Amino acid sequence: MSRRPSLVYWTGFAVILALLIVAPLVLPEFWRRFVTEILIWGLLAMSSDILIGYTGMVSFGQSAFFGLGMYGAAAALLSVAPPNLWLALVYGLAGAAAAAGFVAYFSTRLRDIYFAITTLIFSQIFYVIIFTWTAVTGGENGLTFDRPALAVPGLFSIRFTATTLHWFVLAMVAGSYLVLRRITQSPFGMVLQSIRENEARTRAIGYPVERYKIVAVMLSGLFAGLAGVLYALQNEFAAPDFVFFLVSGEAVIFNVIGGVGTLVGPIVGAAFFLLLREGLSRFFTEFYLIPLGAIFVAMVIFMPQGLLGFMRRWLNQ
Amino acid sequence: MTASSTSIWAFEIWGFEVGVPLQQVLIQTVNGIVTGMILALVASGLTLIFGIMDVVNFAHGELFMLGAYVGVLTMAATGNFWLALIAATIAIALLGAVIYLTTLRPLLGRDPLTTILATFGISLVLQNYALWQFGPVARKIAEPITGHFTLFYLQYPWYRVVIALISAAIIGGLWLFLKFGTWGIWIRATTQDRVMAQAMGIPVPSVLTTVFAIGAAMAGASGVLFGPLTAVDSSMGVDWILKVFIVVVVGGMGSLAGSIAAALMISLLEAYASLWVSPAQAVIVSFVVLILTLLFRPTGLFAATGR
Repeated sequence: MSRRPSLVYWTGFAVILALLIVAPLVLPEFWRRFVTEILIWGLLAMSSDILIGYTGMVSFGQSAFFGLGMYGAAAALLSVAPPNLWLALVYGLAGAAAAAGFVAYFSTRLRDIYFAITTLIFSQIFYVIIFTWTAVTGGENGLTFDRPALAVPGLFSIRFTATTLHWFVLAMVAGSYLVLRRITQSPFGMVLQSIRENEARTRAIGYPVERYKIVAVMLSGLFAGLAGVLYALQNEFAAPDFVFFLVSGEAVIFNVIGGVGTLVGPIVGAAFFLLLREGLSRFFTEFYLIPLGAIFVAMVIFMPQGLLGFMRRWLNQ
Repeated sequence: MTASSTSIWAFEIWGFEVGVPLQQVLIQTVNGIVTGMILALVASGLTLIFGIMDVVNFAHGELFMLGAYVGVLTMAATGNFWLALIAATIAIALLGAVIYLTTLRPLLGRDPLTTILATFGISLVLQNYALWQFGPVARKIAEPITGHFTLFYLQYPWYRVVIALISAAIIGGLWLFLKFGTWGIWIRATTQDRVMAQAMGIPVPSVLTTVFAIGAAMAGASGVLFGPLTAVDSSMGVDWILKVFIVVVVGGMGSLAGSIAAALMISLLEAYASLWVSPAQAVIVSFVVLILTLLFRPTGLFAATGR
């Protein structure tokens, strides 16, 4: 593995970033919102890729972290006056980290499918708590709030417009991508990948595998929580539907469609899924999951590498 | 539950006077056993499929739900519950065989995780298909046995007792089949060593298809049996698959007896808990059981061997 990333890779990265920066200025309102949404779901999918693609653990619990991020942001925006953007971020990440710590402690005792099933059940625990604890969480109706201003204390404070919100989300997602890329290439990331390849041998070499797994789940939970905060900011609500495990399932679908273990793949998968949903819902209305589910199953069978799987080695250079 | 209990069994815990309504506890015991037997029936189908072919069938809840719908349709056409039970069992067995042949056989030999992904996709398709085909309005299945008997202050329906007995009979039948039937012996041989079984002339591909069909049929049958106790709608499968997963993890995955014991234990605990809290919160009891199991015996409470 070469230590110096190629020029082509960074040129490609810069071009795509530039296109995404310009996008809200040229796109009509609907598509502008759509691109922002793709970025947020892409971040959630990317957070899940640390587990699926790099550590070899399929998590069906991402929705718990995503949802706790949403509710954490809501708590900060509703309880603290005046509403502060950065406080929402801190609360959201703290909520997601707490949930991730709890889930990680128990579920990393198990491997493979047992891990998948336990994370699924844990996300359901959070769903039931949020759904039934109406006094605090608003129950089925969720919580609504106003978007705070984009402000740096002592410097400036402006109201979010659709364009600046897009840039804010883009900055967060692009930053997360670079951080995650760095993490996956670090010695820590290498250990995660060796756990994926051969857990017994990694343990035999002397790495505390359980501890690495706990950190991986918590890391993944933090970024899923960040996605939740961003989604809450974009839509100005937090709802129990987003804690339900089907959201985790969608994150897994994004990964498989886009190609696991590539970080970029999951974002592409999210874009592909959402575009397909948009196109299919014209013919199938709310039953778009019938054809989408079938496409997903076909991809699991015939194209396990996903759309970007063939670029895996190149993207991780 | 109408609380008009006459006898209260009172005792002291840490200086607090605690009153346990004895009759209600006994009634909840019966309720817990009834739901527990259905849960055991669904869970043993899932465990059978997992234990024998390493497939985690995420679509199992959907097969349960579609079984209930086949029951609804057959009831509407014929009015005979027992016919509906047989029709649903056969229809869902066939559906299971089709699912196995089209999506799971190509995944044979790959990572078991891919089977979770594939069956998750199938569950999305089936669930939305049911919503599209039958609409969001819940359907009912009429009880085939309308008689009641007196259980303390309640008129308890015989049907509930009959379901528990039928579930037990089906599970018992499965056990006898696996123990003594030719195909049952072939199934156990395939579990132990697939390659050797093939070499001894056992038709392994058909055995695997049959196992999936049997597991699916058990889910379909329990859908019809449970139908009269609840409303049949497209989301009932999701609620059940989560319960069944908890049961299967607590019982020790792949262990048939473990699943049955865990199903009964969790249903009883939830039934007792709903004496004091609402049924929605009683679910939390099963979560607590799961967490405690993971903490102290991650391989499952009733698993004989480690994983």
